[in-house]
Amino acid sequence: MSEIVLTGRGLVGGVAEAEALVTRHAISGWGGVEPRTGRIIESRHELVGQSFAGKVLVFPGAKGSSGWSGMFHMARLVGSAPAAMVFTVMNTKIALGVVVSHVPAVTDLDGDPFEVIRTGDRVRVDGDRGTIIVTRADTYRRDPEPSRGHGWAAEQEQDTDGRRCAGPGPGEHG
Amino acid sequence: MRLADDERAMLDGEQGEAVAAAMDLLVRYGEVLGAERLVDTDNVCGANLFGSRHSLVCGSPTPDGAFSEHSLDTPRVLPIPPVRAQSYQLIGPMDTKHWQVQGLPQAEHDEIMASEQYNAEHGIHLLNTCTPYQVGNVPLKGEHCAWMESSAVVYVNSVLGARTNVEGRESTGAAMLTGKIPYWGLHLEENRRGSHLVEVSTPVTANRDWGLLGYWIGEQVPEEAIPVVDGVAGAPDLVRLKHFGAAAASSGGVEMYHLPGITVEARTPEEAFAGRAPVERLHYGPAQRREAYEHLNATATDTSVDLVMIGCPHATLGQIRDVVRLLEGRRVHADSALWVFTPRALRHVAEQNGYARALEDAGALLMSDTCPAIGQFLPPGTRVIATDSAKQVHYLPAIMDVQGWFGTLAECVDAAVTGTWRGELR
Repeated sequence: MSEIVLTGRGLVGGVAEAEALVTRHAISGWGGVEPRTGRIIESRHELVGQSFAGKVLVFPGAKGSSGWSGMFHMARLVGSAPAAMVFTVMNTKIALGVVVSHVPAVTDLDGDPFEVIRTGDRVRVDGDRGTIIVTRADTYRRDPEPSRGHGWAAEQEQDTDGRRCAGPGPGEHG
Repeated sequence: MRLADDERAMLDGEQGEAVAAAMDLLVRYGEVLGAERLVDTDNVCGANLFGSRHSLVCGSPTPDGAFSEHSLDTPRVLPIPPVRAQSYQLIGPMDTKHWQVQGLPQAEHDEIMASEQYNAEHGIHLLNTCTPYQVGNVPLKGEHCAWMESSAVVYVNSVLGARTNVEGRESTGAAMLTGKIPYWGLHLEENRRGSHLVEVSTPVTANRDWGLLGYWIGEQVPEEAIPVVDGVAGAPDLVRLKHFGAAAASSGGVEMYHLPGITVEARTPEEAFAGRAPVERLHYGPAQRREAYEHLNATATDTSVDLVMIGCPHATLGQIRDVVRLLEGRRVHADSALWVFTPRALRHVAEQNGYARALEDAGALLMSDTCPAIGQFLPPGTRVIATDSAKQVHYLPAIMDVQGWFGTLAECVDAAVTGTWRGELR
């Protein structure tokens, strides 16, 4: 099974492995995602209608309103955060967003993640080492038992245990 | 990141657990950014008004619990001390006067009022607006600030020359308690130079034109760009630059721009670029203006308008008076609503001036503290909205699943009076 390894800068520690959701378009937080489900709602975004919950979100970074971190923070509290984040363009919105999301995050990779990773590929993100390991979908889908890494799903369940789900709620910020 | 002695002491808990948690958040955040240090700030604008949706997802549904989780990113319920920095509450979820129009239950009203009282007791000034620069918080050139609200950030960076990145709830919450923010991005002189040149060859005069230009630029340039806009004849004003910046920060991530000769940090394009060549030259002419207009109106097909929204970012007194005059001798259509949003302080002035009464007499309503996108409310059954704000028409259809028309103030008031959208781009 062929794997591709990219190395960069680890931002938030921990290890997660999940399917990738890839977009070359920056993501708006407030007014661009619905944190209860992790769905992209920006009308003209190429991922509109799709959810990043439990996925390795591979994207350029954050745009739009200052409510970016608040939306991803809320998504974490209700259990809809991405499993990990891989991005290319640093700004304050994405920096604060990955910090409060508490999921492994990596940037400054030594290869173009948009060339290497396609939606559906399995990606293992090691935020402590700053590495990602990509297994192409056409490879792992023939594999009857793909490896699962550190079990992000179990952690997510633990996160949401005993908490009530809620929407973004009035007062989230533009 | 290198910490100064006072910052190290805060991190070590010398000023209590909440300040230590705030410093810990700033250190985690600053290290992700790659900031070398923090900078002192005594001007922080954040958003700490919480209702049930925020309290329900916390471990502890108390005001301290909500502030600890949502504003400091700590799951521990910490006693929050009075804020250290001059701190301001931005636009929030509720109009404290017309909350019933929003359809809020009494319990939700009471919870948000308690949250507001909690903020006041901690020394956070209740400006309750997305435009603090209209109502008593006008930072100086070079002043290090920590502001949320993308439309306000782009305004104070560009028009006033204050220095702030687009901060978030957690970083401003931490800055309020510590008086510190990462020294990164737009706090540094060398990051404030122009990057992209936009040459304008079509007249940009009315408010709508400034919204179109801003929206188009935001779509064209990358997030980190600082556009330099050249070729605009005539001088804009606060309202036009408010619309322009808000639009550019909605379609894209523009946090600062230069309008040479108008904004404070560049008299000429050469000065804006500080000797460097533009990364890219863009041209804005009639075709680009039309493209922005079509993008802004892309969600709308039905011409029956249920709500006209004015005041995004929050309306000036001048805009309120303009609406009053456009409504003279007319009345809002029985099947439509016309809501005008302004800062709380300006609503008091508008009431004294008789504008609020005049709007109500014509079937419209002056509201404050919030907006339909932030508060997530519309008149029952609303399917189509119209607004003179590129920012509101960018966000509201996505957030509330409605159609949105964008046009001039006169077209919007006309739609409210007739119930029908008849706007067009000439």
